Amino acid sequence: MNDTVIAAIDQGTTSTRCMIFDRQGRTRSLAQREHHQVFPQPGWAEQDADEIWRHVQRLVPEALAQAGLDRRQVAALGIANQRETTVVWDRTTGKSVAPAITWQDTRTSDLVDDLVAKGATDKVMAVTGLQPRTYFAGPRLRWLLDHRRGLRQRAKAGELLFGTMESWLIWNLTGGVDGGVHVTDVTNASRTMLMDLSTGQWDDSMLDLLDIPRVGLPSIRSNAEVYGTCVDPLQGVPIAGALGDQQAALFGQTCFEPGDAKCTYGTGAFLLINTGKERPTPGPSVLPTVAYALGDDDPVYAVEGSIAMAGSLVQWLRDALEIIPTAPQIETLARSVEHNGGCYIVPAFSGLYAPRWDQDARGVIVGLTSFVTKAHLARAVLEATAWQTWEVVEAIRNDLGLTLETLRVDGGMTSNHLLMQMLSDVLDVAVERPLVSETVCLGAAYAAGLTVGYWSDLATLSHHRHVAAVWRPKMDAAVRKRESTQWNRAVDHALGWVLPPD
Amino acid sequence: MLRILGGAGRPLRLSEIADALDLPKPTIFGLVRTLRDVGFVHQDRATSDYSLGDGIRNLHESGLDPNDLRSHAMNWSDALASRTRLEVHIGFPDPDGARIVHHVFRPGGAKQHLRIGEVLPFHASALGKIMLGFVAGTPSSPRLLERYTQRTVVSRAALDAEMHRIRARGWSSEGGELTPGIGAVAVPLRGYGGIGVGALAVTGPVEKVFRHAGPPLESIIQATTDTAVSISRSLGLHA
Ligand SMILES: Nc1ncnc2c1ncn2[C@@H]1O[C@H](COP(=O)(O)OP(=O)(O)OP(=O)(O)O)[C@@H](O)[C@H]1O
Ligand SMILES: [Mg+2]
Repeated sequence: MNDTVIAAIDQGTTSTRCMIFDRQGRTRSLAQREHHQVFPQPGWAEQDADEIWRHVQRLVPEALAQAGLDRRQVAALGIANQRETTVVWDRTTGKSVAPAITWQDTRTSDLVDDLVAKGATDKVMAVTGLQPRTYFAGPRLRWLLDHRRGLRQRAKAGELLFGTMESWLIWNLTGGVDGGVHVTDVTNASRTMLMDLSTGQWDDSMLDLLDIPRVGLPSIRSNAEVYGTCVDPLQGVPIAGALGDQQAALFGQTCFEPGDAKCTYGTGAFLLINTGKERPTPGPSVLPTVAYALGDDDPVYAVEGSIAMAGSLVQWLRDALEIIPTAPQIETLARSVEHNGGCYIVPAFSGLYAPRWDQDARGVIVGLTSFVTKAHLARAVLEATAWQTWEVVEAIRNDLGLTLETLRVDGGMTSNHLLMQMLSDVLDVAVERPLVSETVCLGAAYAAGLTVGYWSDLATLSHHRHVAAVWRPKMDAAVRKRESTQWNRAVDHALGWVLPPD
Repeated sequence: MLRILGGAGRPLRLSEIADALDLPKPTIFGLVRTLRDVGFVHQDRATSDYSLGDGIRNLHESGLDPNDLRSHAMNWSDALASRTRLEVHIGFPDPDGARIVHHVFRPGGAKQHLRIGEVLPFHASALGKIMLGFVAGTPSSPRLLERYTQRTVVSRAALDAEMHRIRARGWSSEGGELTPGIGAVAVPLRGYGGIGVGALAVTGPVEKVFRHAGPPLESIIQATTDTAVSISRSLGLHA
């Protein structure tokens, strides 16, 4: 029984994981399960929150069993989640009342255009730090209240609860209809466009602007405190940490000092750089966000460059084009040629995120000739992820005057050595993979472990960090210059592609 | 069945295969599923019809892609490196030896370099020896027994005897036979149906891998074996 551990849940876009970590921050076990994603029309992306909760109920015992542990050996549970994905549920039945709308969904574009046309941009920026965009959760909530029959009245009557995935899971874990705790954490809340980025509280003027009743909102809490105690699974275990997945990865990568940066390569790619205790004010190309707030400590901020498509472009090659049988085999195919054959792919499938932020952009493949084969396409797919990262790094350099020394990477795509080498080449910095690639889970575990005193301080956590692999730049500067120009020209073709409706 | 699928000139329905072979549908279903799972038969996602799979063309290879192997193995090999505090290699068969397809640095070590793509000789490395013993697509015996250090085994008889022991106990070791002072322990990685598809090794200073003047540390053999089981399980389920 002396052998205690920390459990963590990573509720991601494509799958949910549960992992168990020991005191040295080492992985004891991992259980994972994919859930369904529904794309009912172009630009829409939905998931079933009830299905996700069912998965969590199975994954947690599975991870414990794999590690040969008992729930009483779990000192605390931490949660990380896909951010901005919006859930509304019924507090008396405990079921979601509409499909969850995910962060990739662009159905709120009219709503957002209206806000911009009304001249709300400056006000929204001043309060939340964010430009009005379809990316954030607040407009999704408004959409649900407007478009799903009866939801607005029921919300006003206090029958419904709102939240992102962490709120949904914490409420369910702490008993659901029987006394479930309704909270969110400050990193997730900072992505709603409803929170004052300076105070970490819901802002009435934003709630008015989006016409969202306060009664259904969770209360905003720090990233490291006890929110409640699990009822099932993990009966009796405190839930002691919660962060959005990208902030969890930043924390798991121990980016505790200003200037420390990481990029996570999963469905999308998200580069976050720690900017310290002052609220940052970058230009519109990248966004300010809360990195973490531990208990009563002042929050630490970060600047983020969000890239909508990275691994999902690889999945498109696999599932829609059927060019590769598995995602990792893109490397095999790409390595069968020396270069991209002059071909570039800009994956603006649902517009472009950072640093271009053009919701009317659409995907293009340019430079096609008879010479181009599927192997060149495979290379261009990987290069697209590298160059999109480069654009974000350039934007951070221009906006904040910050230059990267190394880039810490994690996520499923880091198993791709060709991609990691490309990244190092185009960024001209060393790219470092840590020994635990599942940094999202690790970060959530770290936050929970700090809260309950399983780990004493940040320095202890930094001490656990080890480097598993490093890629160093090899690309000639002249080639980098030329290729970056070509990439920019390719992006020009993608911008503003969508025609306004007649 | 493979001939019928290959000769049809178009994807076939299950009932068509059953008719052509004059066997009951449930029997054919079981067979075709197995063939599909190992990649010899392709099933169309939309129509569910069957045709010959790419696996047939790559019969001379193990059928497993090294990049798939790395992706499946990454979490487990990371955990192995943190557990043993040693470097981890995953090898794939190559005509001249074991090619390193995945490399995890030794935790807390000094500056290290990725060794992906290096080919380790069959007779002088733990990774190579275990491949000779267990992995499909490796030669029955290496062509040349080149000497790398004083400890390299260069006699065929001695190598044969060692291979006999390795096959019997299921793991191999290396004690300064390739690089003075460097030791390793390796075990096979098994894919679908238990076929050896690659190998997993833990490597580091001889004194960290071996008991003083004795065999490799039991804890290291155990950790490596456990990890291989986890990776193999993941490969089997996804093959
Ligand atoms: N070797 C590889 N090469 C290229 N892409 C890969 C490779 N392995 C996985 N991917 C891609 O990475 C993604 C999976 O990564 P990961 O498991 O980190 O995502 P995830 O955590 O499920 O994403 P999210 O958190 O957004 O749900 C998939 O989109 C897949 O296509
Ligand atoms: Mg993830």
